[in-house]
Amino acid sequence: MKYLKHVGKYFLMLRQVFKKPQKWSVFREMLFREIEDLGLKSLGIIAFISFFVGGVVAIQTALNVDSPFIPKYLIGFATMRSMILEFAPTFMSVILAGKVGSYISSSIGTMRVTEQIDALEVMGINSLNYLVLPKIIATMFFYPLLISLAMFLGIFGGYVAGTLTNLFSSEDFLYGIRLDFDPYYIQYALIKTVVFAFVIATIPAYHGYYVKGGSLEVGRASTQAVVWTSVVIILLNYFLTQMLLA
Amino acid sequence: MIEVTDLYKEFKGIPVLKGVSTTFEKGVTNMIIGQSGSGKTVFLKCLVGLHVPDSGIICFDGRKQKELDIKEQRLLRQEIGMVFQGGALYDSLTVEENIMFPLKMFAEQSFSERMDRVNFVLKRVNLENANKKFPAELSGGMQKRVSIARAIVMNPKYLFCDEPNSGLDPNTATVIDNLIKEITEEYQIITVINSHDMNSVMEIGEKIILLKDGVKEWEGSNKEIFITENEAVVNFVYSSNLFKKVREAYLKETK
Repeated sequence: MKYLKHVGKYFLMLRQVFKKPQKWSVFREMLFREIEDLGLKSLGIIAFISFFVGGVVAIQTALNVDSPFIPKYLIGFATMRSMILEFAPTFMSVILAGKVGSYISSSIGTMRVTEQIDALEVMGINSLNYLVLPKIIATMFFYPLLISLAMFLGIFGGYVAGTLTNLFSSEDFLYGIRLDFDPYYIQYALIKTVVFAFVIATIPAYHGYYVKGGSLEVGRASTQAVVWTSVVIILLNYFLTQMLLA
Repeated sequence: MIEVTDLYKEFKGIPVLKGVSTTFEKGVTNMIIGQSGSGKTVFLKCLVGLHVPDSGIICFDGRKQKELDIKEQRLLRQEIGMVFQGGALYDSLTVEENIMFPLKMFAEQSFSERMDRVNFVLKRVNLENANKKFPAELSGGMQKRVSIARAIVMNPKYLFCDEPNSGLDPNTATVIDNLIKEITEEYQIITVINSHDMNSVMEIGEKIILLKDGVKEWEGSNKEIFITENEAVVNFVYSSNLFKKVREAYLKETK
């Protein structure tokens, strides 16, 4: 019952969020600020992680595929598939849920406990629309770009790892990543990313917006936001994979 | 005029306001006093629309709050300025941006017109050189003054202050009190202040309402509060020896 109550409250929150912004110029300003805070400031960590994980995936695959009957180009093939289908869209989203989710939840939560949200409401501003809608648009617009970069850097990381360790040749790797390539995989990954971006923006916003108490509760809300965002991403990933690939 | 009639509010079955009725006049500093848990903050939050009363009527110059549609409610709220206990300034915005925020949202003005208005209200609260500072760089008293500046920047008809002196030293508290009183008289605003601070009550409370357990226990001015025999007022206001002696001296002098 408690969970159902939260689900209902979450959807009621969304109803307030998706209203026409009260002033477009202010909304535009907020949107660019959110793109910077939630997107551009995550570029570094996403680039770093995807490059090195791509390298590790390639090395692990090379070390585990030591049979002479298995062609070396499968290393590139496996790296490409794992980066595009799962690693970049899903696991980068889980990482973003931690980084961005805690930021969203704690910033909105702090605004709640310091009465800044009340101040918005007293002024006659729809605080949910003002605070959350730019975050949703910013993440849904920017994360596909971020995840596309993660896909590229992951595969590039695999390529660099191969050339540095001599575990496989760059020709084999390049042949492998092009083998049986279906552009739909990119589409699939980007659809998942957009859905996850929505989750990353809204679930932490919900936890932050309805926090009650002080700084301790804001911390708790932030932790809960990250946990629930990750859980929902993993569950949605399961259903989306079934729906889009099966 | 703000007319409040028979206001009731409860939380999870526990009544917090039990039929409060009163009126607040223009150009007068109205103060709501009472012990912690007496319902002061809930009352103020009902007035500004942050809480919806369970029953009762709040009427702003003939406009009944609960009969207004969302658009009318938003328009009414644009006529309200509020000074929050902790200031409620936006941390990521400078002083200037904080004050300009309501203008950006609601006023159809050019940037230079908005800037002029911001500088005018900053001057009014004696904070001329703080434009580019962030709230974290200001003292408590300065934050309160910025909060007052933000509350009056839209030329509100109604000003609500929730414990504007909390956490301030007596000197700064007096400065804030006087500022609120001056602004109220100068712009003929209806001002309602929630306070624990007896110095403020005595100094600027032209109309004082004492709430006790969600009921309006007493209503009068800062002159009448000295002579009243109301038990709740005597117990609350004169709970300290200093105020008891001040009262005795006042009564002796006036006899």
